[in-house]
Amino acid sequence: MTAAPLQPGPHRLREMAGRMSWGIVAWVVGLAFFLPVLWMVLTAFKPESAAETWPPQFIFTPTLSEFRLVFSGMGPFLTHSVIATVGSTIVVVLLAVPASYALSVHPVKHWRDGLFFFISTKMLPIVAAIGPLYVIALHLHLLDSIWLLIILYTAMNLPLAIWMIRSFMLEVPGELLEAARLDGAGRIREITGVILPVISPGLVSTALICVIFAWNELFLALNLTVTNAATMPMFLISSVPQEGLYIAHLSAAATVASVPVILVGWIAQRSLVRGLSMGAIK
Amino acid sequence: MPALIYVVVVTQIPFLVTLWYSFQSYFFDVPAPAHFIGLSNYTTVFTNAAFRGSLVRSVVMTASSVIVAMLLGIAFAVLLDRKFLGRGVVRTLIITPFLVMPAAAALVWAGPMLDPNFGLLNYLLEPFGVHHVAWLSADPLVSVIAVMIWQWTPFMTLIVLAGLQGQPPDTLEAAKVDGAGALATFRELTLPHLRPYIELGILLGSIYLVNAFDAVRLMTNGGPGTSTTNLPFYLYQQVNFAFNVGGAAAAGVVTVILTIIIATFALRMFARVFQFEEAAR
Repeated sequence: MTAAPLQPGPHRLREMAGRMSWGIVAWVVGLAFFLPVLWMVLTAFKPESAAETWPPQFIFTPTLSEFRLVFSGMGPFLTHSVIATVGSTIVVVLLAVPASYALSVHPVKHWRDGLFFFISTKMLPIVAAIGPLYVIALHLHLLDSIWLLIILYTAMNLPLAIWMIRSFMLEVPGELLEAARLDGAGRIREITGVILPVISPGLVSTALICVIFAWNELFLALNLTVTNAATMPMFLISSVPQEGLYIAHLSAAATVASVPVILVGWIAQRSLVRGLSMGAIK
Repeated sequence: MPALIYVVVVTQIPFLVTLWYSFQSYFFDVPAPAHFIGLSNYTTVFTNAAFRGSLVRSVVMTASSVIVAMLLGIAFAVLLDRKFLGRGVVRTLIITPFLVMPAAAALVWAGPMLDPNFGLLNYLLEPFGVHHVAWLSADPLVSVIAVMIWQWTPFMTLIVLAGLQGQPPDTLEAAKVDGAGALATFRELTLPHLRPYIELGILLGSIYLVNAFDAVRLMTNGGPGTSTTNLPFYLYQQVNFAFNVGGAAAAGVVTVILTIIIATFALRMFARVFQFEEAAR
């Protein structure tokens, strides 16, 4: 007992070495996973002639020419993507907050069935209904319309949003709600005055996840839009020509399309983790 | 409950219409109106080798990518749970693939990464005796699955990591004092604690990967032949190139029913495995 603290040397050293080797393994894994993204960005700065060489070039004179080409053609796609993503996310939050409230703080009758129903709609593969969706959109004159994408992306993200927001609401301390009620606050006041301020970080991470999924969605856009509502993923596809060299151009387009979400995700990674894991425990 | 009405209208009506069309003969390119043909779309679906093949490939793709991504995710989460220099940076690097637009990921993998003539992977593997392999034609299914794993491992890592960090430190201390080895502690304490997180990851991963379309469409276009045609891609072809709404609807209904069966079965199995483990302790 008395001798142990006097000779910490070898033990400490071994611990440090262990920590270092774990760190090295983690760094190697992390870099390996990141490599394709890095390669995408590097290739985007190459002139087309330097992008398709063997061996691949790591040192080259960077150029912005491919980016210029990309920016010149993507205007409408970018606008559609922003409208569809922001629009659907706003509608999702507006619908999900009262729904989550009715499923957590003031549970309605059969709230379990309600919650299960929301989650179960997420289990149905949307691809299964693509033909009929096309026909419905055709009859409603919504084909190739940005409204259609907003409606569908809202439906796509709503179940996950309700699930997440509900678990954040369950975390709101009961005493706070009790105090608000004693002050004579109605339901609306209770939501806007007490609950929303407390769960606002959770709302942000929910909205972020909705933004990621809506921004990246391709299947519905590809099947149901042509030009008037074509989004960024479709812009990417259009950047692959039938012939000729295109690797640098493609990489530039892919970089531009991915970077907004990557940056937002990097900045908000802590709240992303929290948001995603909340559902697991509640 | 406006949200409930919204979800019912937008998600359920298309499926009801799907059900309706599945009993109809309806082709976009045929001027005749849709008409009732009973179960014959279903007979076609069940006898159709192309549908069965895409069904099997869908199951293989979803199951293998979710399982491998989860195993890697657990391993990475354990790595990231330790303290080391630059942990935040490494975590940022690892989550990045999940944030990349799937269409962008598919195209970048298909071109700059996997191209037989100038792809980076062939270059990196050259010292190991690999020479200009055309990955997308030599091993199309594995290539597509690998990209799906690359995109979803970060998601699994994040979820498992959240679980690891929510583990009460004093129980781990107690186990250490009791002289339990690291492996035994992980199996007996950490894994049961992680169970809801792992379940959640597998559930969400499966939901999204069953619908996997981008990688198939953009890396291999379902080929060569039909070797990477999964259900989403098959349905896409049926509607967009065969104009067969009735047939696609019947295939869709079968898909939905199978998804429900598999999801229920998977969840039950999971619950049983963990109950068994708890009972054994």
